[in-house]
Amino acid sequence: MTEPTVTNLSVRGCRIALRRAGAGRPLLLLHGAADAGEWLPCMAELAARHDVIAPEHPGFGASDTPAWLDTIPDLANFYLDLIDQLDLADVDLVGHDLGGWVAAELAVRNPRRLASLTLVAAAGIHLSGVPQTDPFLRTDEQRFRDLFHDPARADAMIARVLRPELEDTTLKNQTSTARLTWQPRGYDPHLAKWLHRIALPTLVVWGGNDKVLPPAYAAAWQKRIPGAQLVTIADCGHMPHVEQPAAFAAALETFYDRKRVAA
Amino acid sequence: MKVFNFHLMPYRHVDLDAIERNGSAWVTFSNRHYDPEKGAGLYHEYLDQMELADRLGFDGVCLNEHHQTAYGMMPIPGVLAGALARSVKRAKLAILGRALPLLNNPLMVAEEYAMLDNLTRGRFIAGFVRGIGAEYHAMGINPAHSQDRFAEAHDLIVRAWTEPGPFQYVGKHYHFNYVNVWPRPVQAPHPPIWIPSQGSSSTIKWAAQMRYTYAQTLSPITVVARFFQLYRDEADRAGYAPSPDQLAWSNTIYVAETDAKAMREARPHLEALTNRFLKMPTEMLLPPGYSNIDSIKRIRAVKVTGKPQTIEDLVKNGVVIIGSPNTVREKLAEYQDLAGFNTSLTKTQFGTLPDDMTRANMTAIAEEILPHFRDRLPQGIKQAAAE
Repeated sequence: MTEPTVTNLSVRGCRIALRRAGAGRPLLLLHGAADAGEWLPCMAELAARHDVIAPEHPGFGASDTPAWLDTIPDLANFYLDLIDQLDLADVDLVGHDLGGWVAAELAVRNPRRLASLTLVAAAGIHLSGVPQTDPFLRTDEQRFRDLFHDPARADAMIARVLRPELEDTTLKNQTSTARLTWQPRGYDPHLAKWLHRIALPTLVVWGGNDKVLPPAYAAAWQKRIPGAQLVTIADCGHMPHVEQPAAFAAALETFYDRKRVAA
Repeated sequence: MKVFNFHLMPYRHVDLDAIERNGSAWVTFSNRHYDPEKGAGLYHEYLDQMELADRLGFDGVCLNEHHQTAYGMMPIPGVLAGALARSVKRAKLAILGRALPLLNNPLMVAEEYAMLDNLTRGRFIAGFVRGIGAEYHAMGINPAHSQDRFAEAHDLIVRAWTEPGPFQYVGKHYHFNYVNVWPRPVQAPHPPIWIPSQGSSSTIKWAAQMRYTYAQTLSPITVVARFFQLYRDEADRAGYAPSPDQLAWSNTIYVAETDAKAMREARPHLEALTNRFLKMPTEMLLPPGYSNIDSIKRIRAVKVTGKPQTIEDLVKNGVVIIGSPNTVREKLAEYQDLAGFNTSLTKTQFGTLPDDMTRANMTAIAEEILPHFRDRLPQGIKQAAAE
């Protein structure tokens, strides 16, 4: 098992925190509405076979909040710069929630250095008539409870994250999440129009009990991206990589193995 | 002192228990609790009260803007200002204010306010606010853009009033090829601009630098005094001595024959305002990005300890003045000297207070209080500043 090292990386003047572990083909993990810590439960397992790169988005966690940060496309372009700067090739790109939205936007814009796309409970599109919670009217505690199928998992997360010394970071993450997703709430009407252009091997991973973005969204992503495969993980909420890390890693490895065989 | 009659126009027929069950009278409180027939009656009742204020000698009448709430029925205050522009004959007419960041086209406020300044032949006062956090939930405007949009909309409106059009405006949030507002305002260079706030230090300092009247909402008088001192200090740094007219305290006054009677009569209506109409969860009041992280933490800390307030708390802390004519005169003079303001924005109707009691209160204030303060200026501000 390889412990991830946290380093700082400056991309065109924006300094971000970045965890990197393992060796192999680059696996770029884009986190959701909190920070890159969400990847830790599955990072060691993935690092056994990949060069795992988990940056913290500009505006989140220990990263800078640049003046140019307004929209999800800003983050997509930032990560295109990062991929160029690190000279990564054949990148397996994975994004969760807000990070899935960034990943889809990036793949539509410029897939040149990508080998595949994986969307994990991704935000970014809207389905009429599918009930969703309003994360901005939930208390911090309610918001964490919404993320998990197993209440014990939520308890553990609340105990770990809702501490006074982390309040600044939590507020920073919420502020950037609001900036990026408040209106339209959690989606971009111009993204769904162009998803058909994604020609990469694509995997959609969803928790069968996701309350934040119900599984109807998984089917919608699969339908819009040609050839996309769907894996639904049982007994699992909005955070498959945290609630079911072994099943999540297995879904990814199976996808990558099949892709290699097909190639 | 100048005394304005400030109306929130609450939906006073509301089922207070239903607000309690919902946890708030804002955003998520269903409009099926609004009865249009009763509401229509209230609009006329409240407008009649504003016209009475004019006849009784109040210096002005004030409206404001809130959305999707029983707290106040003025989502578009310009409609009511239009109704009052011809019937309020003498007093100033103020909207305190329109929530600029909620607008996708601030030129419409430049137009609306300029029309009101024409209709009143220069008796209009132009208030600008950011709106409270709940408005950002209600109107789908990103709270993280609130401060930027306020600054940009303000600059655009003032330029639209003062620079000959047409000119081009290119901002981050607003873009116009032709800024050329018809009509132009009557007052030169533009209507007086007033800035109500909950007490953000950056807003207070900015208002002082711009020489705008600063209005402090709903706060204990010692806090008000501190904020007003911050304004005077900033004016001093900007190289001028502000008039005490530039400091406006937003309060509630209720007068009856005796202190005990006043407290007894005001209690249910004032406590309904504070503990029902105003109540909202922290997430609704403070969406992320609405203020900087330090301010959000400060307000959150206060909110956690917030328990229902009794009329005694509100009186003791000098948030409101309730009592006999003598008590009210004494307190108002004491607070005027402590905080150094010369403008009082006074709610004479509050919460569920019915029409007959409101009109009796307004009349008592006009007869027993106003004459004593007409020529009274704040005294001994320097001592208050020292503490």
